[in-house]
Amino acid sequence: MSAHGETVAPPVEAVGRPAASRRAKDLGFRLALLGCLGLAVLLLGVLLWDVVTDGVDRLNFDFLTSFASTDADEAGIQGALWGTIWVMGVCALFIIPVGVATAVYLEEYADNTKWYNRLIEVNIQNLAAVPSIVYGILGLAFLVRGPLGLGPVVLAGGLTLGLLVLPVVIIAGREAIRAVPPSIREGSMALGATQWQTIWRQVLPAAIPGIATGVILALSRAIGETAPLIVIGTPVFVAFNPDGLDSSFTAMPIQIFDWISRPSNDVNNYLPLAAAGILLLMIVLICMNAIAIWLRNRYEQKW
Amino acid sequence: MEASARAEARGRPEVILRTARPRYGEKVIKGLLVLAASISVLTTTGIVLSLVEETVQFFGEVSIGDYLFGTDWTPLFNPPSFGVLPIVLGTFIVSGIGVLVAIPLGLGAAIYLSEYARPRVRKTIKPILELLAGVPTIVFGYFALTFFTPEILRGLFGDQVQIFNGLSAGIIVGFLIVPTVASISEDAMSAVPQSLREGAFGLGGSKLQVTLRVVFPAALSGIVASLVLGLSRAVGETMVVLIAAGQQPQWGANVFNPMETMTVFIGATAKGDISTGSLVYKTIFAVGMTLFVITLIMNLFSIRFVRKYRQVYE
Repeated sequence: MSAHGETVAPPVEAVGRPAASRRAKDLGFRLALLGCLGLAVLLLGVLLWDVVTDGVDRLNFDFLTSFASTDADEAGIQGALWGTIWVMGVCALFIIPVGVATAVYLEEYADNTKWYNRLIEVNIQNLAAVPSIVYGILGLAFLVRGPLGLGPVVLAGGLTLGLLVLPVVIIAGREAIRAVPPSIREGSMALGATQWQTIWRQVLPAAIPGIATGVILALSRAIGETAPLIVIGTPVFVAFNPDGLDSSFTAMPIQIFDWISRPSNDVNNYLPLAAAGILLLMIVLICMNAIAIWLRNRYEQKW
Repeated sequence: MEASARAEARGRPEVILRTARPRYGEKVIKGLLVLAASISVLTTTGIVLSLVEETVQFFGEVSIGDYLFGTDWTPLFNPPSFGVLPIVLGTFIVSGIGVLVAIPLGLGAAIYLSEYARPRVRKTIKPILELLAGVPTIVFGYFALTFFTPEILRGLFGDQVQIFNGLSAGIIVGFLIVPTVASISEDAMSAVPQSLREGAFGLGGSKLQVTLRVVFPAALSGIVASLVLGLSRAVGETMVVLIAAGQQPQWGANVFNPMETMTVFIGATAKGDISTGSLVYKTIFAVGMTLFVITLIMNLFSIRFVRKYRQVYE
């Protein structure tokens, strides 16, 4: 696009202003834009540097294998790490079937002139923008207390986060399914396959990379969510690993939040623990994102 | 006629055309898919039902007038007071600061990426913005409390800045919504037809003039939508504010002092052990309802705006 500015630059006499001042203004604007972008990138850099310098000393094997403790030197993240793994497992088992099924329905079956299908679409758009803490309230009212009365257990945490990130999977799934060209479906139908056989054997296999990317992005959003878990009453001090869906648990962001909000002093300084926890969380996140990018590049199909 | 038709049929090899074998399996599968799709609708219904039920009970005990117009928010004190305005004010001060930060940074980044950056630069910068969007908000909270307030804000404004303050939370929330604002505005500006730019260059416009007077106004509805969506994210943001802004409601606008927002109240109160059905429990839902209604209005507004600009250019 920058080529346009150079090739179509008007002759100087066409404007009643010297070219030099115009160029200076243009350059100034360009620099201001770069400054804006630079500031955002700089903040990210400083943030990463701050977390790394604060936490790198504590991020070692003992940190991974120790449980929560009031003694800052003894404390570790094992319980929270396993809690997060369990909750993410529940979350994935919930969002993959439900998200993909919804995406298939909306792309392959739904007649979007019908009001109820449009309602589903607008509804999903809206859900994607509902504050995460409101999902916590939903989980609190329906899953933890109220009708289901599960208590703040692995299943309740996983489902609450699942509902929160479901729109991400649905939207990514729809895009992946839409990218499969109609000719594939028509070819399959012409050979006598039913609609579902076409979807199951042709459309979904072709859409898997896109769907998988969406699922990973959804999980990487869920793994860092703190607010909904706080609202459903996830305990902060758990000195054991969860052993089932109905087991009490804590999660990495909750543990980090607890370390941040504990009053720190010279004897017990919890902030390095928080930074080490954040580092671990960021490493997991970067790995997940790297897998998503790799999947996208490796299996992306050009039709 | 009938007889001759039969005779004709007899002469031909027998072809029996029946309606296709009914495929019940297909129907069952479609039913299951509809069921999955309805989960998203049920989620919204569930959110509204859970909020409305407890909120109605809340207003059975507290008058709506006291709630909406009261300026004293002390629901955990004895006797409690339920004037919601201080935490609504806190919410809008923090998210207002956030939007003030995100307007120049987000729009600047969007204009640069859409109009100025070469494809290779764009390819490097977009993932960095996505990374910024992917950092969990608790990390930003930690950064605001342990670095931004003590090192930057105290460095600039001195000790009048308290360790928990609204300004730090607001600025960091602003950085948090930069990716949202930047990516939607960039989409809007990229959707402006190339012919408009070429026409403006043809009339002798400079790059700056074309960008600011042609592309920017043409993409304005998308840009406004991105800002409203950013504001709605800022209003709903919990962790940064919970960690960095303190948890004391303030009926005033001193950004160097602690502030409480609606989300902070919900988070901080739910963290403690509260019994189901108590007035404090209902208060969480009443505040949640207020938050939900405010963000819903913003989101609907923003979705309509995005639709509008789509209709123009597709």
